[in-house]
Amino acid sequence: MAGEVQPPGILLGTLAKGVNWARTRSMWGATFGLACCAIEMMGTGAAHNDLGRFGMEVFRASPRQADLMIVAGRVSQKMAPVLRQVYDQMSEPKWVISMGACASSGGMFNNYALVQGVDQIVPVDMYVPGCPPGPQSLMHGILTLHEKIMNGEIQRQIIRVGS
Amino acid sequence: MAPDEPTAEGLTEEAAASGKVAEAAERELPDVPALAAIVGPYPSTSWVVADDEWVVSVDAAEYHDLVATAKDGGFNMFIDLCGVDYFRRDPRFEVVLTLVDTATPMRLRVRAGVAGDQPEIVTVSDLFPGANFYEREAYDLFGIDFPGHPDLSRILLPDEWEGHPLRKDYDVGSVPIQFKESHKVQ
Amino acid sequence: MTDENQTEEVETGDAAIAVEEALPEGTEGRRVTHDMWVAGTEERPELRQFTDEGSQEMLPDEDEKNLDIQRGVVVDDDFELDDASDEEELQVINMGPQHPSTHGVLRLHMELEGETIRRVKPIIGYLHTGMEKTAETLTWLQGPTNVTRMDYISPFHNELVYSLAVEKLLGVEIPERAQAIRILMTELNRVASHLLWVATQGMDIGAISMMIYGWREREYLLDFFEKVTGLRMNHNFIRPGGVAADLPDGWEEDIEELLVKVPAGVEEYHEILDENPIFLDRTQGVGILTPAECRAFGVTGPNARASGIDWDLRKAFPYSGIDKYEFEVPLGQHGDVLDRYHVRMNEIDESMSIARQILETMPAGDYRTEDRKVTPPPRKRIDESMEALIHHFKIFTSGFSVAPGEAWQSVESPRGDLGVYVVSAGGAKPWRMHVRGPSFAHVQAMPAAVTDTLIADLVSTMASMDTVLGDVDR
Repeated sequence: MAGEVQPPGILLGTLAKGVNWARTRSMWGATFGLACCAIEMMGTGAAHNDLGRFGMEVFRASPRQADLMIVAGRVSQKMAPVLRQVYDQMSEPKWVISMGACASSGGMFNNYALVQGVDQIVPVDMYVPGCPPGPQSLMHGILTLHEKIMNGEIQRQIIRVGS
Repeated sequence: MAPDEPTAEGLTEEAAASGKVAEAAERELPDVPALAAIVGPYPSTSWVVADDEWVVSVDAAEYHDLVATAKDGGFNMFIDLCGVDYFRRDPRFEVVLTLVDTATPMRLRVRAGVAGDQPEIVTVSDLFPGANFYEREAYDLFGIDFPGHPDLSRILLPDEWEGHPLRKDYDVGSVPIQFKESHKVQ
Repeated sequence: MTDENQTEEVETGDAAIAVEEALPEGTEGRRVTHDMWVAGTEERPELRQFTDEGSQEMLPDEDEKNLDIQRGVVVDDDFELDDASDEEELQVINMGPQHPSTHGVLRLHMELEGETIRRVKPIIGYLHTGMEKTAETLTWLQGPTNVTRMDYISPFHNELVYSLAVEKLLGVEIPERAQAIRILMTELNRVASHLLWVATQGMDIGAISMMIYGWREREYLLDFFEKVTGLRMNHNFIRPGGVAADLPDGWEEDIEELLVKVPAGVEEYHEILDENPIFLDRTQGVGILTPAECRAFGVTGPNARASGIDWDLRKAFPYSGIDKYEFEVPLGQHGDVLDRYHVRMNEIDESMSIARQILETMPAGDYRTEDRKVTPPPRKRIDESMEALIHHFKIFTSGFSVAPGEAWQSVESPRGDLGVYVVSAGGAKPWRMHVRGPSFAHVQAMPAAVTDTLIADLVSTMASMDTVLGDVDR
């Protein structure tokens, strides 16, 4: 149901802000590294460009324990059902970052084997371009996602578009 | 004929025209006695690429025996098996097997033509277990059948896929660029 | 009867003898004495709790054997690797494709008996990108962008093998400087790949600190790659005809810095892992591949060398002038995970030594061939010469044509024998391009290394085979 978002009162507004703050400060990723972007994702988690500063150095293998799925790499036709299954197994609230050109749009491989953009399968909150995007680009994408969650934009988008 | 297609006679003739073919009898065989047994019977369809690389082109019927002879003759390391679709040539497909003799060292490439209408060629996975996955890939992407293979099923594509993508009459499957709703700034 | 045994144990005080007499028939062979209970001769009051009737009252149904087990007298070791197993006892477990330890999207279908793997079947194809089909739609010059993403941890090797194969068909001579630059980049890439390998191997075994430290030197190398090629990964730098650009100013200082920093870091990794008893326990004698299995499956590279096969393409079929440099090929003996570790760590040292030799002997000259039908002319020539303009136009619109024929080229990638089989029909695009990825053979050989071992050994072995699924699925 697309509708107007009622502005919350003082009490609920502060609570919502607190909840958003907590959600962004320890967002754990589900390991979904597929191809070259996975190497850069691991590099982002390593010591040089440290995701631990944002509380995100932990990548949980089990989707039940993860909030954020970074689809890092090209999604082939065989992998698509697996991707959807892992996404479904994550519990709310969950976010998806589509990392790299192949995940965002099929990249340079416009052919029979790849899904042309992972948003054909799962709803994507943030697209990070690059082939592969360097650790700084990925971090910029992650931090922009944090900002969007903090100021409530993602929540408004979900209500409007219908997840 | 499109400029990218090979001529009807096939590429071995082309390669002959460019001077890369040498009759096995003219070239001195290197100091590998087993090689004479392997390529000797095929003087007109075997040639040397470099001092350490030989190519033999055979019919599908002689393929297995040749590979067995090569394995006994020292080419006991399996490297690669792939398929090629020559499309307008007869035989349409070709299976290219690469073996290596680590002692000399020397490379041997065996090219076996496979007819187009019911493409099949005997498996070499009994000689080299490593050929198992490679032959499955050739089946998956070209549709070449390998009688005698223990488990000929699709390996790279989903099991229910129809068609064999690397054939020349299978389109690359590109999708026109779509601009989706989500890219517009709200 | 039991009461008498218990009283004897307390009275004599020599617990070892008392235990011998108290054991029921048939259990002598399996008895294990615990020194802390039988050492000393005086009776120990704390042992009384194990001897009293109270335990019998609580467990009226227990028989003699179980009571002895509770007392810590008898240890019944019921974990036996039984060769004859019932089919119904096998449990089927699926591992992957989304799994932290499979190093990519590999799915393993396992039949287990307890923790022991009886049969494992790898199922691949989850990263199939159709690169061989895409290659038929790209020109020869665009080929490296496609191929470089196959084995994404060592992209220079993919580009090199493709470029060498195309140059075989073209018949062009590559200048010495370009050859030296190619070898420099590929050998540094070998170091980066092995560092990533040792980091992921450590992480899979449980040495998480190895994962955190392992990326440190790799970042220095990636910085150098970014300086030379513009990208940290997937560079599209080595192209048919030479390389895309000359080395930037100051590259000598960068290499000298790397020659200091990287071996220092590798020294630390040796300290962390080499004599660590847990590391040795999990890698020694684990995941053995015999030389016959290597030949049968086509296992090459460090995996084959760890099994004792002296096969390195840089020595057997030298390419791009690598025979000018002196280096050794480390060999292992047992073919287990520890040998693969040592082979790769020694290869890092050898590759750094090749980089030093290139630093000292880099020839002056062109970074690409002068044949204008293959490589584009320098930009400023286009303003001056009509011919240069036409060449530039031809190369970048339709692409240069390659004489018809077929060619095979192999290079020694960090994973093994990386080969390209290229068929040209005389056009501007390949008729067929097939890449022989070494990891395809290694995934196939993995069941031979892990059958009848434990799942934990499977994780360790799989990490040590250094498979990259981009190579496997293409």
